[in-house]
Amino acid sequence: MKEKAMTTPEIRIDEADTTGVRPLLEIRDLAITFKTGSGEVQAVRNAHLTILPGETVAIVGESGSGKSTTALAAIGLLPTNGKVSAGQILLDGEDIAHASERRMIELRGNTIGMVPQDPMSNLNPVWKIGYQVRETLRANGKPSGPADVAKVLSEAGLPDAHRRANQYPHEFSGGMRQRALIAIGLSCQPRLLIADEPTSALDVTVQRQILDHLETMTSELGTSVLLITHDLGLAAERADKVVVMYRGQVVEAGPSLELLQDPQHPYTKRLVESAPSLASRRIQAAKEQGVEAADLLAPATEVQANDHILQIQDLRKVYKLRQGLGKSTDFAAVDGVSFNVKRGTTTAIVGESGSGKSTVAKMVLQLEKPTDGKILFDGVDTSLLRSADLFKFRRRVQPIFQDPYGSLDPMYNIYRTIEEPLRVHKIGNTASREKKVRELLDQVALPQSTMQRYPNELSGGQRQRIAIARALALDPEVIICDEAVSALDVLVQAQVLNLLADLQSNLGLTYLFITHDLAVVRQIADHVCVMEQGQLVETGSTDDVFDSPQQDYTKALLNAIPGARLMLPPEVA
Amino acid sequence: MVRYILRRLLQVIPVFLGTTLLVYYMVFALPGDPISALFGDRQPPQSVIDTLRSQYHLDQPFWVQYGIFLQNLFTFNLGNDFTGQPIAATLARVFPVTAMLAVEALIIQAVFGVAFGVFAGLRRGSWFDSTVLVASLVVIAVPTFVLGFVFQLVFGVQLGWAKPTVGANADWGNLLLPAVVLGLVSFAYVLRLTRASVSESMNADYVRTATAKGLSRPRVVLAHILRNSLIPVVTYLGANLGGLMGGAIVTEGIFNVPGVGNKLYQAVLRSEGPTIVSIVSVLVLVFVVANLIVDLLYAWLDPRIRYDQ
Amino acid sequence: MTNKNSHFVAPIEETPLLATDTLKTDQAPLSLWADAWRKLRRRPLFIISALLILALVVVALFPGLFSSVAPNEGCELANSEGGPTAGHPFGFTFQGCDIYSRVIHGTQASLSVGVLAVLCVLIVGVTFGALAGFYGGWLDIVLARLGDIFFALPLILGALVITQLPVFRQNKSVWTVVLVIAVLAWPQMARITRGAVIEVRNADFVTAARALGVSKFSALVRHVLPNALAPVIVLATLELGVFIVAEATLSFLGIGLPEGIMSWGHDIAAAQSSIRTKPEILLYPAAALSITVLSFIMLGDAVRDALDPKSRQR
Repeated sequence: MKEKAMTTPEIRIDEADTTGVRPLLEIRDLAITFKTGSGEVQAVRNAHLTILPGETVAIVGESGSGKSTTALAAIGLLPTNGKVSAGQILLDGEDIAHASERRMIELRGNTIGMVPQDPMSNLNPVWKIGYQVRETLRANGKPSGPADVAKVLSEAGLPDAHRRANQYPHEFSGGMRQRALIAIGLSCQPRLLIADEPTSALDVTVQRQILDHLETMTSELGTSVLLITHDLGLAAERADKVVVMYRGQVVEAGPSLELLQDPQHPYTKRLVESAPSLASRRIQAAKEQGVEAADLLAPATEVQANDHILQIQDLRKVYKLRQGLGKSTDFAAVDGVSFNVKRGTTTAIVGESGSGKSTVAKMVLQLEKPTDGKILFDGVDTSLLRSADLFKFRRRVQPIFQDPYGSLDPMYNIYRTIEEPLRVHKIGNTASREKKVRELLDQVALPQSTMQRYPNELSGGQRQRIAIARALALDPEVIICDEAVSALDVLVQAQVLNLLADLQSNLGLTYLFITHDLAVVRQIADHVCVMEQGQLVETGSTDDVFDSPQQDYTKALLNAIPGARLMLPPEVA
Repeated sequence: MVRYILRRLLQVIPVFLGTTLLVYYMVFALPGDPISALFGDRQPPQSVIDTLRSQYHLDQPFWVQYGIFLQNLFTFNLGNDFTGQPIAATLARVFPVTAMLAVEALIIQAVFGVAFGVFAGLRRGSWFDSTVLVASLVVIAVPTFVLGFVFQLVFGVQLGWAKPTVGANADWGNLLLPAVVLGLVSFAYVLRLTRASVSESMNADYVRTATAKGLSRPRVVLAHILRNSLIPVVTYLGANLGGLMGGAIVTEGIFNVPGVGNKLYQAVLRSEGPTIVSIVSVLVLVFVVANLIVDLLYAWLDPRIRYDQ
Repeated sequence: MTNKNSHFVAPIEETPLLATDTLKTDQAPLSLWADAWRKLRRRPLFIISALLILALVVVALFPGLFSSVAPNEGCELANSEGGPTAGHPFGFTFQGCDIYSRVIHGTQASLSVGVLAVLCVLIVGVTFGALAGFYGGWLDIVLARLGDIFFALPLILGALVITQLPVFRQNKSVWTVVLVIAVLAWPQMARITRGAVIEVRNADFVTAARALGVSKFSALVRHVLPNALAPVIVLATLELGVFIVAEATLSFLGIGLPEGIMSWGHDIAAAQSSIRTKPEILLYPAAALSITVLSFIMLGDAVRDALDPKSRQR
């Protein structure tokens, strides 16, 4: 039958359909294997899903779950070492799992379109945007004059499309690039659009705009969408049906709300429990059970109610932007920021890329000098610290960074990594340091045998736990988490956030939490500072900011959390 | 773009001055008198030495000498060598020959290196790829002068396909054999660079996106894989032109090509300071200008560079 | 299953739930170097080149083990261009010397020039490149321009100029050749090191070390440099081959090693006169030279693949 399908692509496989509507795409018992150095690896097993015309179906899963691989197989773009080893991919009844390359080229673009994940790497840097749209139109036999190109771009929400078509990708912002990619994906009115994490690289507010626009366009065109995402909230909000994949298999599939409110499979249950965008103050709530609810904002020791361990006063950081020969302009990355951090609490600084939130973190860590303003640590102006005092300061304030692949030295094994702070500060002897390292590994819930291993053997979440152990080695008072959980899968993220919360209640730590993700803020922070373009636009307790935001920007941010508009399942709300 | 060109031009000047100064210093100012070195054991009368010294401004302070040299270099008034021949005339005679040789070598390595590299890169892991890779290693490993002798012996003497030596009348045909020898090592580098570059762009996200748009395979390969992966290759080739001209000494010696390398080698053997410094300065200029052109070419090929700053 | 409202749940036995983020403990701990070594060991290219290099090193250290005839001993013009005889497997040169013995004894000069030059280039290039890349600013600008100046002189061209200096002519030795090569070749190494250091210097683990109180210089030495070494090692291996060719070329041109030191370059130059009558005389030292260079270039290639971060397991 395979051969027949290739020679006569018109062949149709008719079958009885319970609803009378023929599915546009039906994947049956799909298995995909990859050839690797250590033999064949099965990436997807028994995958199945059905998309009706005009329907949006989301595949949800963590990294490595096989969700993208399944989608790529549907458009015939598996990497060269991967192949469909079993099952069918029926597009309008035609099995395309083993279709010829020529047939796939016919289908791509005008029958199946794709919007890829990373807007930075998916446009060819050496061709103008207009050219990249034009070649798509031309390859699919559509009119491809400048007016057609501009029309396609402006429909995707790019203003000034004629001029924009003559620009190169690097002259576009991330959001604009993603719009251009959406324009390309939809330019030939495909019947099926595969959107692979189309907005995960973008700021939340941009993400919302782009998803809204995509939704409008596809519903106008009647396009079916296969949406790939790691975010259950986003999937439930945007899709009619959700397919949950776990370790290469479909574990649960069904209508979005039903799946969310009544998850059956233990993995889906776990996912629904942990999805940050759906959660309310879960971790905080757990904390409150231990402490009296009213004590949350005033720490246990009432005497120290005004004990601000960090006081940031009118902080400014100005960078000189060089503009060629001798000229430069000032750019204020941080502009007049003031806030206080109470001992033993968590303060979150929230903002989108370019808001200056990470620069604040660097200055608090004394890794960058402020241009203006003061940082008082425990009442002492940090700008007055001499090198010996600065060295002592380092023991009390420690960072955890975002990139779990970049924050540990790949040449150091875990023992050396965690022991380094002790050695640098000449604490204890070899035996006592080893004991301390073992204790720290216990604290972050990793087996002591991890000591011998190297960072490249650990997962992202495990590395982040090692980074936490290293930060704790010097018994610091303040930990600055710069996007510390942003790169992690939701379940792992939840695990790390819980760990941080436990450590806080056990050790009385103070956290300064830098993040772009309001959903995370809601789970862990007591206070929130919202930053926009270098300035602090709103501060307050987490509840106040979430329940009654004062500024438009804060409202936009809150509104942009995927799943925020969903009806929450009763046990979570 | 204009600002970029200006900035690059400004960077070229110190490099050119620095390198010529270095060479000039080594030839004229380090211990050991170039004039007495010229005469070896038979020292001429002091008056002859003094005349020569003042003729070459060797009696002046070093900075003055260097200034005069630079001035002369840019007016192409290079004086005479120790045998009384005007150096400028010698340069005008030998440079075109070497330029011809270098360009021919460049064309050979560009055409064959890119062709083989593209095919190997597109079929990474195939038998063609593996064979070409191992062969390129062997080519790199055999030194130019060994290759020169072998080619001279096999193609020149035994098979008689080409003249074993070039001699006075150098033309494109005569220079083919030495050009092959000169270009072969860089051919292997061009091949390997092209292959690596092609197989890297093949895995780029934008190539997958181009395929997903419904483009045919030839269009994806031409417009997206080759267009992008040839940028580093073109810049390598350009930078190599200067290297080929300066590195033709051995090849020119073996095939008796009357070019720059041959002349320079003779000048070195005879310790002819002014000739050495003139030739090296012009070669450095060629090298620096070639690199400048390459950088501009790069900016033209890769729009990202054009708009940076 | 095509029913629009069906709700599918996979049987739990088919997809057992694992604990979130468990540590894989089925393999022994593996450092990056151990990982690279494991990959290297399996590559035929590496095994061949390593064996060849081992053999070359033994020959270079103990030439007497392989040839009982000293290189210039018993040269008789009567044997000029003579063919192979018992005890003289490669025959005789134009001067009537034993070719086999000369090829064996030439190994030492080639390898020692190559190794010493690479060491010098590593010391100078890595120091300058690391400082320029890590500290940036005016230091970077000055070192970059200084490098450009030497870089603008192609190796053989620059060597010709330097070796014509009377100082060099009068003191020709292994060290002068090493010095000439090192002076002209360090900028390449400095550039590679600088680029690698710049790539690593902003990594979070360096910032984390600084936040622990590690000084800037310690961070460079302990964290940045070890992580920037891979391209440096690859270049050093490849340059070993390049420098061996450079020494042979200089000796061939008569401006390299002094006549008294046995060098393949000399022998190839001397064999020029016999090339039409007895090409073998040229081919033996040429083959020895090419095989030596090939071994190092193959090694460099294998090491490059093994250290390529893209091939690392994650």
